Amino acid sequence: MIKITGLTKIFDKGTINEKTALDNINLTLAEGEFVTVIGGNGAGKSTLLNCIAGVHPVDAGQIVLNSVDVTEMPEHKRSRWLGRVFQDPALGTAFDMTIEENLAIAYCKNKRRGLQPGLRRHEQQYFREQLALLGLGLENRLKDKVSLLSGGQRQALTVLMATIVQPKLLLLDEHTAALDPLTARKVLALTKQLVAENKLSTLMITHNMKEALEVGSRTIMMHNGKIILDLQGAERAELTVEKLIALFEERSGAYLANDRLLLN
Amino acid sequence: MSYLAFLGSIELGLIYSVMALGVFISYRTLNTPDLTVDGSFVLGAATAAVLISGGGSPFWAILIAFAAGCAAGCVTALLNTKLRIQPLISSILVMLALYSVNLRVMGGRANIHLMNTPSIYHLFAETALAGFSKLVVAAISMLIILLLLYFFLNTRLGFALRATGDNEVMVRAAGIDSNQMKILGLALANGLVAASGAMIAQYQSYADAGMGVGMVVIGLASVIIGEVIFGVKPLWRRLLAVVLGSILYRLIIAFALGRGMPATDLKLVSAVIVAVALSAGSFKDGLRKQLSRLPYFQKRVLYHD
Repeated sequence: MIKITGLTKIFDKGTINEKTALDNINLTLAEGEFVTVIGGNGAGKSTLLNCIAGVHPVDAGQIVLNSVDVTEMPEHKRSRWLGRVFQDPALGTAFDMTIEENLAIAYCKNKRRGLQPGLRRHEQQYFREQLALLGLGLENRLKDKVSLLSGGQRQALTVLMATIVQPKLLLLDEHTAALDPLTARKVLALTKQLVAENKLSTLMITHNMKEALEVGSRTIMMHNGKIILDLQGAERAELTVEKLIALFEERSGAYLANDRLLLN
Repeated sequence: MSYLAFLGSIELGLIYSVMALGVFISYRTLNTPDLTVDGSFVLGAATAAVLISGGGSPFWAILIAFAAGCAAGCVTALLNTKLRIQPLISSILVMLALYSVNLRVMGGRANIHLMNTPSIYHLFAETALAGFSKLVVAAISMLIILLLLYFFLNTRLGFALRATGDNEVMVRAAGIDSNQMKILGLALANGLVAASGAMIAQYQSYADAGMGVGMVVIGLASVIIGEVIFGVKPLWRRLLAVVLGSILYRLIIAFALGRGMPATDLKLVSAVIVAVALSAGSFKDGLRKQLSRLPYFQKRVLYHD
């Protein structure tokens, strides 16, 4: 399904600020696998997702998506197989366009974009139905600009946009971190529902260790650009946050001094 | 203001509104300040003047001017996207280069006068509308271009173009080549500007190498006056607001000239109008709203995690 081998990314190579963000990463995701990714700041989580999405060119290694080598493919071309939701609710939508226009853009992902009407009536109807499933009342606000929506509504809309054309891989980059706890829970529940319905392979970064263990079927932990833990099955089921922290300290040889990670 | 001055202002406002719609595409839709406009306006006028004085059709002259403007916009966009020069600098470079190109187009002359040549404004000269021939032609051309633009911006391609100005990250995530959209947008914008230049050259019966100076400011003035007075949504109203802004701008200038303002002060007045209109926009929105919107506009660098 997705196979990453020897992935290495070095920022500011050859300068005094040189930083190895990804260090020989190997990761294989089976079809429909939901993997949560945890790790401290600077561990390389977002870089991993961004390299998969094609935001950054990689220094070494290979990314194979659905048996296509996408390592050198430009970002917009590999987007057709990917769904992405970002931490910043402003990044997922075009704020000066309406909800239905945003959905139409996402819906045309794999279609030719020519002089056809941007929005057709049956599409509007379909968008209304899909929005109704979010349970946020957005189905009555199709013609509202996205700039009028709250952060949580925007993230919910972005999750829908990322999945409305079924992606081969869904990339969630701490997509609930900028939301208040209640909204975060709603958006996460919605994400789980959409992932389950479409049986999507998913990589989700989170800062919340509890969430990392509860959501999905597999958890990986990153540290200094390496995957230091890869948990699934019974081993993962028995794990508590306390045990996870102990495991982390044992594997990384570092004290887990990250408030954001611990307090959650 | 005399009746003739009033009529003339409306006509000019309609013709220049095509240029302002071009500025709307680059400045509002693509969110890029594009100074190519100062050069591409003259490019359009020069192209049309040369073609028409050579016996060409005034209609074709506008279409060819449009194509020439598109090419100029493409160069700006390519400097930006392929060579990674900042958009503003790219457009300044092309504006400068166009000054020489325009003189070449005009065969080394600084201006071309169109004496006794056909123009689109003669279209209704033989009919009952003779007295308003210029006004009717200007209004019809503007309407055609406005409608075409409106329909284009509501196509799939138009959606992609509009989203690119809003959020490039989202656009690329939706499988759209944002660089391609910038090229398309700047080409279209400068095509409209050049078409407007071609129409002005026919209107005033000459093209001059210096006629584009400050054109982008006039375009901005029209866009912003329109927004402040006529509002910013929905899309058809925004486009119409640009046209009305352009006409209003001409009326303001005509009024100032009629009050005895020397024509040499025109550029100063244009700059002041834009400054006032820009600040009026921020007052109208209200400081509170501006502040509450701030966090979403801060482009954060998230990728070093």
